[in-house]
Amino acid sequence: MNWIDTIAQGVLLGGLYALFAAGLSLVFGIMRLVNLAHGDLIVMGAYLILLVVSVTGINPFLAAAVAMPVMFGLGWALQRVVLNRVLGADILPPLLVTFGLSIVVQNVLLEGFTADSQRIGAGPLETASVDLGVVTLGVMPLLTFGSAVAVIMALNWVFYRTPLGRAFRATSDDPVTASLMGIKPQGIFAVATGLAMVVVTIAALYLGMRANFDPTIGPARLIYAFEAVIIGGLGSLWGTLAGGVIIGVAQTVGAAINPEWQILAGHVAFLVVLLLRPRGLFPRAFD
Amino acid sequence: MTLLRTMGLTARYGDFQALFGVDMALETGQTVAIIGANGAGKTTLMRSIAGVLRNAGDQVMFDGRAIGALPADEIMGLGIAMVPEGRKLFPSLSVEENLLIGAYGRRAVGHWRLETVYALFPILRERRMSPGTALSGGQQQMVAIGRALMSNPRVLLCDEISLGLAPVVIRDIYAAFPQIKAAGASVVLVEQDIGQAMKVADRVYCMMEGRVTLSGAPGDLSREAIHDAYFGKAA
Amino acid sequence: MDRGQTYRVETRTKASTIAAVAGVIMLAVALALPAFAGRGVIQDLFFILTMLTLAQFWNLLAGYGGLVSVGQQAFVGLGGYAMFGAAILWGWDPVAALILSGVAALLVAVPTAFFAFRLAGAYFAIGTWVVAEVVRLSVAQWKAVGGGTGTSLPREASSDMWGQAGIEALFGVKSAAARDILAYWLALVLCVATIGGIYWLLRTKRGLALAAVRDNAEAARSVGVDAGAMKWVVFLVAAFGTGIAGGLIYLQKGRISPDAAFAVTDWTAYVIFIVVIGGIGTIEGPIIGVLVFFVLQNLLADYGSWYLMVLGLIGIAIMLFAPRGLWGLFSDRTGIQVFPIRRRLAGGKLDATKREG
Repeated sequence: MNWIDTIAQGVLLGGLYALFAAGLSLVFGIMRLVNLAHGDLIVMGAYLILLVVSVTGINPFLAAAVAMPVMFGLGWALQRVVLNRVLGADILPPLLVTFGLSIVVQNVLLEGFTADSQRIGAGPLETASVDLGVVTLGVMPLLTFGSAVAVIMALNWVFYRTPLGRAFRATSDDPVTASLMGIKPQGIFAVATGLAMVVVTIAALYLGMRANFDPTIGPARLIYAFEAVIIGGLGSLWGTLAGGVIIGVAQTVGAAINPEWQILAGHVAFLVVLLLRPRGLFPRAFD
Repeated sequence: MTLLRTMGLTARYGDFQALFGVDMALETGQTVAIIGANGAGKTTLMRSIAGVLRNAGDQVMFDGRAIGALPADEIMGLGIAMVPEGRKLFPSLSVEENLLIGAYGRRAVGHWRLETVYALFPILRERRMSPGTALSGGQQQMVAIGRALMSNPRVLLCDEISLGLAPVVIRDIYAAFPQIKAAGASVVLVEQDIGQAMKVADRVYCMMEGRVTLSGAPGDLSREAIHDAYFGKAA
Repeated sequence: MDRGQTYRVETRTKASTIAAVAGVIMLAVALALPAFAGRGVIQDLFFILTMLTLAQFWNLLAGYGGLVSVGQQAFVGLGGYAMFGAAILWGWDPVAALILSGVAALLVAVPTAFFAFRLAGAYFAIGTWVVAEVVRLSVAQWKAVGGGTGTSLPREASSDMWGQAGIEALFGVKSAAARDILAYWLALVLCVATIGGIYWLLRTKRGLALAAVRDNAEAARSVGVDAGAMKWVVFLVAAFGTGIAGGLIYLQKGRISPDAAFAVTDWTAYVIFIVVIGGIGTIEGPIIGVLVFFVLQNLLADYGSWYLMVLGLIGIAIMLFAPRGLWGLFSDRTGIQVFPIRRRLAGGKLDATKREG
């Protein structure tokens, strides 16, 4: 096995998982909401981009830019109308509501687009590669990883350098005192979910360009996303990237040993990390 | 006109009634102190005014406007800021960020901004990048007060700001009050320390078991009257 | 103060007494059913009974134990595969092998609990799901029972189970129908034992402790309840029961594959919906829920994804507007409890006032 190549591919794969996870990390960190429909929403985003591409013929990246405000609006509305009602100390209602949502989204997509596999065509990008001497890397995976880093940097910038980010952190700490500052927690949560959906759109773009997708692959993406968030630790976006990379590398190494072990290896890595660090690698100091 | 007034204010937590028709008035430029034993309803009164607890609309009047039923974020926007019991700083925010977020909901022109708050409490400037909760109790109290001032409120509600602090620290904090008043805020403060309350207040209300048992200017109230109102007359 | 007057704790209500009598009658009818009901009815009832069993165990975990697991499908699959494995590799009779279904589930439940109990809330839920996935992927490597594509029960096993020949003679049916009837009776026994066992558990001090832990673990600990031990007991019992149910389900199907046996949709999503729609945290709830689920499934079976969409929307609506489910709505309005567990103080002065009042 070519170790360097395997690990490099694993790191880049980790970028994709980090993209899946970043939106989840945002929402989980701010409002402790476990959104079991997250994977299906990524798939929905992919279908939306596909729709824009087939209707307008513009390239996928522009189509994603068009889809982002739509996804923001959907997320904002979802939080305002449905999810805000079930937030609270009990974890069961949001779990069950988002579980229901997951089923609904999958089946709406099935009705709308059939179970056929689809792909967002990216032309020459799909096979282009960069030769770095010691290893050859695909342009698409490089772009994906780069986007993950860019998204995390942007989210951190919002969190730590803007009034909105201060409001996110304050509301996450203490919603009641936050309202004393003039913050409307329900409104902040809606903006957070909207923002998460924008990140989901970017994840959807790379999901759709990289491989075939169909309405039922959502739950698998959800597991990878959650594993990355949990390994990273609550509240740390760079931790989420680390989590994604760990799973990605575990998967590629596992696959190199035996192709049937790819997914299993990722899960085992997750379990091992959790066994040693139940709160993840970089958890916040308090919780 | 009376700046802030409660009229027959009642409040309950589920089946438990905490306030039984409280009447209180704050004139512009005044300082009002609320004293009473634990459980008397002082914090409930503050939370009702601040909007954390919602009451009947006309039970709280601010500048002639009924605000009893409004939520906390809207009341804050109107110019009533609270320094909550227990400080309640945001652990995820630094000292400076805690101050900045105090102005999130209200863009008001006035004396207070970062510079002037740091001038009021100089120690905070040195610790501005520390996490809010890494400071001593007294310093955290300064941050909490500064945070409330950042919105240039017309009414400042202070809930038990001396709680858990050493006397010398309490003195330092109260030393800042003349400047706070000079900059235009009218103050309602809840105090366990009766002596301190009497020193700074223009008017004192004593509460017991959800009711006002005594009110008046500090000079007009005898020690026995306060004692009886605070603890209740012996049966 | 009255001495010599004793107080006692009661749970029985008028409704529950009526229901108990009705239940005995229904049970007798159910046992005799194969004599006059068609094969389709028997199969439908088998489905209802096994889903109800799974739902009662999930409800015990989540509704009473506060442990929200999204990984019970691990135990369904393990139960099925343990039974198939014993039948194929060791020549065991499938009915006898059902006990192995429970044991296999139990053996995996121990390390699972050890790992999962280090996690809280949502982390726990996701953790159980990942464990289930690991089990699925591992079992798919087991070539002796068909690997990734699965396998069927060998002829000798599926046509000659304990009691099968007797049933064929008794009702004059072929071996496949006899297997259905045998499975149906076993499911009846399992379901009644499950509901009876859970009801008994909740009426004991253990059950009270369980409710206390679910409501507030800290407070429970402060009065001496061993929260940790309670969680272990509940998790292991649920795993054992779910495993046996899984073995039984695949005994009736006769064919198993990893994707089917470890499916999140069939063994967790549907189960959760049954519990939630019926009413979580009650024994009556899952009973209502499974009936609603069954009716919906039959009505909408031809509509494929619409059926699932409706299910999802109903689940969301229930959580938003009637979080205690259909039974919760009914019970709140009428105060009726068929399986009452609320303890009331009676006796002594209380009886006296009741007589006067």
